[in-house]
Parts: sequence; C-alpha cells; structure tokens
Amino acid sequence: MKPAPFVHHAPRSVAEAVGVLAQVGPEGKVLAGGQSLIPILNMRLASPAHLVDINQVAGLADVVVTGTEVRIGALVRHAQLEHHDEAYAALPLLRQALVNVAHPVIRNRGTTVGSIAHADAAGEMPAVLALTEGVVEAVSAGGTREIAVADFFEGALETSLGADELVVGVRFRRFAEGTGTAFMERARRHGDYAMAGVAAAVRVEDGVVADARLSFVSVTDVPRTLDVTSAFAGQEPDAVDWSAAADLVAGAIEPDGDIHATAAYRAMLAAELSRLTLAAAAARSVALQQHLSDSEGPAA
Amino acid sequence: MTSQMFGAPVKRREDPRLVTGGGRYLDDLGHSALAAAFVRSPHAHARIVDIEVSDALDVDGLVGIWTHEDLPGRVGEPLPLLIPHPTLTHGRTQFALARDEVNYVGEAVVMVVARDRYVAEDVCQRIRVDYELLTPVVGIANARDGSALVHDDVPGNVACRMLQEVGDVDAAIAAAPHTLELDLDIERSACMPMEGKGVLARWDSDKGELRIFSSTQTSTGVRAAVAAKLDLPLAKVECIAPDVGGGFGVKINHPWPEEVLIPWAARLLDQEVKWTEDRREHFISSAHERGQLQQIRVGFDDDGRVLGLDVKFWHDNGAYTPYGIIVPIITSTQLLGPYKPGAYRCEFWSLYTNTVLVTPYRGAGRPQGCFAMERTMDAIADRLGLDRAEVRSRNFILPSEMPYDHGLLFQDGRPLKYDSGDFPASLAKLKALVGWDDFAAYREQAEAEGRRVGLGIGCYVEGTGVGPYEGGHIQIETSGRVNVSTGLTSQGQGHETSFAQIVAQELGVSIEDVFVTTGDTRRMPYAVGTFASRAAVMSGNAIALAARNVRAKALRIAADALEVSAEDLEIVDGDIRVKGAPGTHMTLGTVSVMSNPLRYAFDEAAKAATQFAGTADYSKPPVADDDEPGLEGKDFYSPTQATFANGMHAAIVETDPVTAEVKILRYCVIHDCGTMINPMIVEGQVHGGVAQGVGGALYERMVYDDSGQLLNASFMDFLMPYASEVPHIETDHLETPSPLNPLGIKGAGEAGCIPVTAVIASAISDAEGFAITSMPISPVELWELRQRHARGEIPSLRGTRHTPSAPVTSAPVTSAPSTPSREAP
Ligand SMILES: Cc1cc2nc3c(=O)[nH]c(=O)nc-3n(C[C@H](O)[C@H](O)[C@H](O)COP(=O)(O)OP(=O)(O)OC[C@H]3O[C@@H](n4cnc5c(N)ncnc54)[C@H](O)[C@@H]3O)c2cc1C
Repeated sequence: MKPAPFVHHAPRSVAEAVGVLAQVGPEGKVLAGGQSLIPILNMRLASPAHLVDINQVAGLADVVVTGTEVRIGALVRHAQLEHHDEAYAALPLLRQALVNVAHPVIRNRGTTVGSIAHADAAGEMPAVLALTEGVVEAVSAGGTREIAVADFFEGALETSLGADELVVGVRFRRFAEGTGTAFMERARRHGDYAMAGVAAAVRVEDGVVADARLSFVSVTDVPRTLDVTSAFAGQEPDAVDWSAAADLVAGAIEPDGDIHATAAYRAMLAAELSRLTLAAAAARSVALQQHLSDSEGPAA
Repeated sequence: MTSQMFGAPVKRREDPRLVTGGGRYLDDLGHSALAAAFVRSPHAHARIVDIEVSDALDVDGLVGIWTHEDLPGRVGEPLPLLIPHPTLTHGRTQFALARDEVNYVGEAVVMVVARDRYVAEDVCQRIRVDYELLTPVVGIANARDGSALVHDDVPGNVACRMLQEVGDVDAAIAAAPHTLELDLDIERSACMPMEGKGVLARWDSDKGELRIFSSTQTSTGVRAAVAAKLDLPLAKVECIAPDVGGGFGVKINHPWPEEVLIPWAARLLDQEVKWTEDRREHFISSAHERGQLQQIRVGFDDDGRVLGLDVKFWHDNGAYTPYGIIVPIITSTQLLGPYKPGAYRCEFWSLYTNTVLVTPYRGAGRPQGCFAMERTMDAIADRLGLDRAEVRSRNFILPSEMPYDHGLLFQDGRPLKYDSGDFPASLAKLKALVGWDDFAAYREQAEAEGRRVGLGIGCYVEGTGVGPYEGGHIQIETSGRVNVSTGLTSQGQGHETSFAQIVAQELGVSIEDVFVTTGDTRRMPYAVGTFASRAAVMSGNAIALAARNVRAKALRIAADALEVSAEDLEIVDGDIRVKGAPGTHMTLGTVSVMSNPLRYAFDEAAKAATQFAGTADYSKPPVADDDEPGLEGKDFYSPTQATFANGMHAAIVETDPVTAEVKILRYCVIHDCGTMINPMIVEGQVHGGVAQGVGGALYERMVYDDSGQLLNASFMDFLMPYASEVPHIETDHLETPSPLNPLGIKGAGEAGCIPVTAVIASAISDAEGFAITSMPISPVELWELRQRHARGEIPSLRGTRHTPSAPVTSAPVTSAPSTPSREAP
C-alpha cells in the first residue's frame, strides 16, 4: 500500500497552480486534504504522475458570509466550516450536515471543496450544495468560470470539471428567510459513509407549508434537489403527514445495493429519513417564524 | 511499597511508554533494512502457468525477485503442520511461495526485495503471472457439497471428521418427552490487531548467526521453525518479539511464509531485510476465523433439563490447516459451557475452501460453541414457556460436583475436567446486575413509548492456561534491581505489570524495582507462547515459583551472614530483616553481591558488602557444590490440565421498529477467572473482548463473492466497531480460585468475546419475537427477517413473552426511536 512514484508540485498561488495543471494535463491531480486521494494512491487505484498540492496556495482558506451566500475557499477544512458560527447562523444546514462527515480527525484535514470536487454520491456536502443550489468557481489557465450545481455533478465521482481546472471555492446559497432545515443519515457505524442520508429545507409561511425540498446522500448517482412542496402545500405543519412525499421520493432516487445494505433497504431509509427530516425542518421553520416575529436573526 | 501487590488494581506500567509513542514495534526497527513485498494471487483457485519478471528487472533499487523454484531445500517444502491430530487425515499446508497452484486470493507467489517498500511494490506491479483458472470453492455449503475440490487429493474437501460421544445420545433423545432441532450459522471475522504481522532479519556473517525480530505470539516457536527451515543450529538463531500491537491469535500461527522467507533472504543477501504487513495483506493473507454451520438436535424433559444433545457442525478451515483442527475441537468441547447434558455427541467436519486460512482468533471456536448451546437453551425455554435463566440454572453443574469430568478430550489432548466454578452464584449476580426480574416491567413501559427492547443472556466456560509449560527466570542485581523474564511473549496484555506484581508480592520488593522481559529467546529459550488465555496461569505461576526459589536463596545467605535462622527473616521493600528486630538487616542487593564470591569492589554495593564477608573457610570452595553463583532463581510450571474460567453476560438491546437498527442499551458481565492478579487488567481484557464480540455480533464479516474475492478487505468496508458502537460495559467479578495452581488463578484473555454473539442473538430474538439463528446480523438482515416473519415464513416465539403485533416493514407508523438511555430498567 505505497503509491506509485509521482512528481509533487507545491505552487504558492492559484496562477501557479493552474499553470502546472495546464502543463501536466490529464496526468495531474489536485491534492487538497488528501483524505480521499491519498488512500486511492496508496491502493494504486490511481497513479497520477503529478500531484498539484494546493495546501501552500495563498488566499483559499476563507469563509465569507454575505446576505445571500456562504462562500468557502478550496482550503477551508470541514472542521473550520463546521465550527464557523457566522456560517452556521447564515446556513445552519452546513453544520447539520458536516457533523455527519466522517470523524473529527478527518474533518480537521479534509476540505469541503475537495469533497465536492470528489463528487462521491455518498458525500454529504455535494447534497448540501445541491439543496442550496450552489455554485462552483473553477479557474484554469484560460480563465474563470462559474458552474451551477446542476451542471457540475455528472455521475458518481464524475463532474464537468476539466483536468486543467482548479476549484477555488464554492458558494452555498442561503435559503429564504424563515426556512428550517434538517439533515439526517443512517450509517452502519457512527461517522461512516451513510447507507442513506437526506437534507431537507421547509418554509412555513402564514401557518402553512409554502415550500419543501429534499436532497439525498447515497441513493442517487448525482445529487439534486427534489421539490416536494406539492405533497404538503397549504397544509398546517402540525396536521401534516410527513410521509406523504414517499412516492415522490421513491420516484426520485435510484439506490444501489452493496455489501452494507440492499437497494430496497436504502429506499426504505430514504423514505423514513425524508419523513423525519421534513418534520424536523418544518418544526424549525415554525420556531424561526416565531422568533422572527419577536426579534431578528435565525435559530437552529 | 510492598504492601499488597497481588490483587491490587495497579495501573499498567507499560502504558505511559506505549501511549506516548515510546513503544518499539516491528516497523520501528531496522531503518536501513531492505524491504520485501509480495506478488499475491488475485485468484482464489488457479494453476500458475508462467511468471514473467523481465519488465521488472530494470526498476532502480531492485535487489532480488524469487519464486518457488528459487527456494532451496526445506525452504521450498510445505510449511509445517504445527498440531497434527489422528483425525486430521488430510492436513495440508502451503508453500512459502506457491509452487504450482494457488488456493486463495492473497497467497504469496513471488517475493521481491528492494531498497524500500515503495520500490518493492513498483516491482511487484510489473511482474506478470499467468494463471489457469480452477473452480473456486467458496462457502461452507459448497465445500460440503464437494462437487468441486480445493485440493485434488482431498475427497469431499474434508480435512478432518471427528466424533466424540458420551452416553447414548440417540437413546436419550428418543426417550425424551420433548425434542427440538436448530440450524445455526455463524460467519467469519478476524483478529485484526492494530499492528499487522512483520519480520526483520539480521544475518551476522562473521558469526554465522541469525537474529529475527517478529511481531509474533511465540518467539521460541518462530526460532525453532526458522532454524529447522534454514538448517541452522538452534544456538545460531535468536528471536525477539518487540512490542507487539495486538495479536488476538493470528500471530500464534507460525512460521508464516514471510517468517521463513525474510530470514532466508537476509542470509542470502547478507543484509538486513524487513517485511511489514500492510492492512490489505492482513485481510487477504493472514487468517480468519468463526465460520461454521451447525445442526443441533436436543431432547429434554418437562423441566427443561437436557437429556441428550446431538451436535453436528461444519467448520470452514480455509485453504490450509497449519494450526491443525484446534478451533473445531474447542468448539466441540467448550460448547457444553456450564451445563451437564445427560448424553452428548458432537460430530464435526473441518472443510477446505478457497479462502484465507482459519487459525484461532480470540475465543478460538468458543463463541461458535457458546452460540450453539445458548441458542439451544433459549429454544428449550421458549418451547416450555419457562424463564430462560431458570432453564439454564436447571442444567448447571453444581459447585458440589466439582471437579467435573465431561468424559471428553480437550484441545490439549487431556480430559475436559472442570476444576472449579460456582455457576449458580454467577447467575444470581448477573440477574441482580442486569435487573433480570424487573425487565418485564421495563419492557412494558418501553413498548408503551413505541420502543422495542429485548433482554438476552449467555453463559460460557473457558478452558484456559493450557500447557505444556512456561518458565520464569529471576535475577537480582547488586543494585537490588530485579530482572524477570519469561519466554512467553506479550501482545499488549500488561505483562510488565501483572508479572511484576507477582514478583513484588512473592519477594517483598517494590514493584518499581521489578523489570519484566517477555518473548526474548536470549533470555529464556524455553517457552510456548501467548494464546489460550494462558499467560497469567502459565508464566504467572512459573514466575511465582521462580520468585520463591530466589527468596529462599536470599534468606539462606542472609541468615548465614546475620547469624539467625532463615525462618526469622522477612523481606520488606527489598530489605531482609529479622522479624521484630528490624535493626538487624541487609538488602537484597547486598545479598546479591555476597552470592557472587568472585567479586571485585567495583562499586559501593560491593564495598559495603565486604563487612559481611566473614572469615573464609579454607575447607570449602567459594561456591558450594550444590549451589550456583548469583542471586537467581528459575522454575517451570507445567500443569496436568487446563483451568476452567467462566462467565455470564446479559444485554438489553433496542431495535428500531422501522429501520431495524440494533442498539445495545446495557451490557452486563459477570466474570470468574479465579484469583485476580490485577482486577483492572482483567476488566480491560473483558472490555476488549466484549468490544470484539460486539463486532462479531453486529458488524464484522468477511464478504466473499462466488469467485472467492474478499469484497471488504479494508477498514472502510470491514466494520470493526468504533468506540461509538461499543456499549458501556458493567462488570462484576466472582473469584473462585483454581485448586490446580499455586496462585489459584485462571485465564482471562479471551473471556469477554465468547458469549457476545449468543447474548445479542438472544436479546434481538426477545425484542423481535422470533428466533435469530444466523449471526452476525445487520440492520438490513433483521429488516428482511421481519418481512419473512410477517409473511409467516419464520415462526413466532411462543414462550416467555407476548409476540409483538405484526412487525412494521416499510410503513412508518412510529416516530423516531427515542435516544436510548443507559439507565437501569
Ligand atoms: C475514514 C474516512 C471516512 C470518510 N467519511 C466520509 C463521509 O462520511 N462523508 C464524506 O463526505 N466524506 C468522507 N470522507 C472523505 C472526506 O470527507 C474527504 O476529505 C473529502 O471527500 C475530500 O476532501 P480532501 O480535501 O481530503 O480531498 P483530496 O483527497 O485531496 O482530493 C479528493 C479529490 O478531489 C480533487 N480535488 C480536491 N480539491 C480540489 C480542488 N480544489 N479543485 C479540483 N479538484 C480538487 C482531488 O484531485 C481528488 O480527486 C472520509 C474519508 C475517510 C478517510
């Protein structure tokens, strides 16, 4: 379990990094936190000739919260974002999901952007990017482009990113005021990749459900948002049967079986977690509305 | 302090060193050594057609490539079959490098030695081996079917068939008022020590001597095996086990192919060579254990007493049998636990499969046996509508019946005869600890909250401390430092502490002055190894006996010098003094000086001693005819039979009504290993064992596909429980001394893991209302069982509890499971 030989590049700037990427072409791989890439190299599942290690690149470690977005640079570690109070206040879903990403030591090193670039269907943060309708910022020697989440993920471990492109940051869009969110998953062991996971965002307005959306972990190849508002629209949250979206969920997911769970079991989990997260998100929305009517500011 | 050391919860003295990175494990040694890596078979069953190395030869840093045809003499012969047995009629062992056939994915085919491991792996990647595929035999059912063979010359894939019977089982069952049959299934897991195997070899060409470091559970075994393979005199080979990061059984098998090949290469190259097993290698080329299919027929009376017990099982021994049939023999004998069936018969078949070989893993066949027996006890209770604990107690061997001879032969070839134990007392303690009698009320309350809970129980007896022997050697230096050595190795159990406690107690010295060395053949060439929960019993007693010898010698010399009788002396804190007159005294260090008459005044101790030298008696030699120089003592302990520890566990589990996830709410252990040297270490051993048991019950399995590929050969997919999956463990002890040894102790190392699978199966059955017969069990499996139960394919339990209403499958009708609490019901 030792990697094949490779050339290690340690650029100091984005320009330098994308310069190397342009030079080495498909032979190159970006190295961020290494929590996914290094095991792949050690098991020789991939043997890129060049590693472009971005850990020395300046200016990529910031979390910036604006009125509409939370932007993170490519070197923001999972743990840094998880513990970022301003980001949490702006978009509680980030922390709600991040505590489910692996274990603390891995979150200390692994980057959220790396997780999104890696595009593992079992990753939590791609599902969060989907639910927030986020944007990926990619830079190459040729320039900068912004990729909407819908155009970014193409399949399991596949994105529309070119071999010469570096993701410098991603932007999570904040939800409309008063939206409650929840994230739940079931893994075989605490901190493992989930057998299934669900992120939910629900907005209750004027005492009735106005908006309800879900995105999924481990049960779809490509993370995307499922709008389930139609199942609940106009209903009072207390009276809602939150399993009413079960058919919509069943139609949207395409779980596979593996040694840990069958496809049918994952489908059951997705339905059950959808029910639980929708209920929890709605309850938060209700609390938020109450809170808003009293003062300003979000609640978890 | 020399106050009470034996029995005190002394903190492990090795831990500060080990937890601050001061440990020296195999890979910490030999920084400049060449590194070995292996090309291993990617196929479960194939003939080797051709090995092509030409692409690899120009890799910079390559030192050598070897295949089987390069191995001379005994190095190229099959590895030894360590434990022959008359019923093991078709034992087979592998070659260090496969000769013409491979029999499991992971079998070593080519050895590469290079500048470092990176280069060695680069070379491996460039070597091409052509194989002709043969039909793989995977799974016990396929092996038993026998239509495809692992070894052409082993009909039916049967390595061994063995039968033991006490009484007339068929007659007993025929006459019994009730009978039951059970089909049980238990899957493979593995030891998975934190540190894998590893070997470092140094050849001294000036002296023609070999030094081997191996992460092993038996350095004397490795030494003898390698000397034999390399045709070296034993005197020219030494073997040292450095700090060993866990073994749990896998490192008792020896010599592993690498343990032969690395020393051989070191001698050939006249350079240090090292191999450090990586995790993938450990998964596919070390050893697994546990896989069995079991069929049980039992006849019992109206009270639930077992009149006849008929057990057949099929044991998966993997591709080879280097460790013989120890595991199934243990299953077949230890299955009986604390019970005395009227008649007992056990027949087993040990079967070859094209999978990694099977050698003992902590528990070594006992968890399977316990599973068989305890599932049977639950089934009897259910059939009769009796309390499960009550049925067990009615079958107990009573203290008044000890020693109890089952009439069977145990794994050491000696009678299975329990020395002591108080099973009714253990059960009473367990029931009190878990709140057995209050559980019905607790369950009622839980069910009112929409929660599903169950209570499980499991009892076992564990033969520990098997022979043949261990030795202890103690030498007291002139400084008063006490050097203790035993040849038995340590794999992290705390021997530096528990053995030191014994010596401190026996000698009357401070534990700080006692230094323990284990597993170094230079210090103690006669030893067996650490396995079978034997270290404390075997080495502990040997060391105690050695300490008594040293003490006697010290008192004799001191009595002479102080001109008193030895009976009037005591040793306190390393100081020998006259009882009641502590002013007349001399230290053990001083006695050490005096015991060695060829002294020079090289330090203060020697000078100080001269005043006691007395006048020389010219008629006597400086060392008496029947004496030896030095304050040393040595002894061996070799018992007539094993000691039998026992324990009883109970667990309360909660199963999620929707997702079928299983949560252990409480886990209770009553443990009796006789007199305890250090209760803290015993509890640590129990905790670790329970953790491994939880893995075996709920998480771990080796997932082979039909072609014999291990699909989960990494810690990502082989689910060892994390700390977050292991429940808080509540422990209480009983100390029923063993009458068999001077210290009254029994082994504790394997105890924790033995009944866990049975206990969890019992608890889940109780929660669900139908019997669990196949372990481990995952949420998806339980979820599917519920569906089959709902369809009427699995019968409901009918006895002790009401059957829950039709189980929920996918329709969510309840809320999320409440957070399980650890409060007592
Ligand atoms: C034991 C373990 C458990 C884990 N469990 C989970 C889990 O439950 N959920 C989960 O989501 N993740 C889990 N992970 C993965 C972890 O979250 C990783 O940190 C993350 O997936 C990748 O981030 P990284 O910074 O480590 O990326 P790296 O490993 O460095 O890179 C991963 C991939 O992304 C590419 N990449 C990284 N950054 C960029 C960039 N800026 N631009 C372009 N390409 C880039 C790399 O080239 C590579 O292909 C686990 C990891 C481990 C070791």
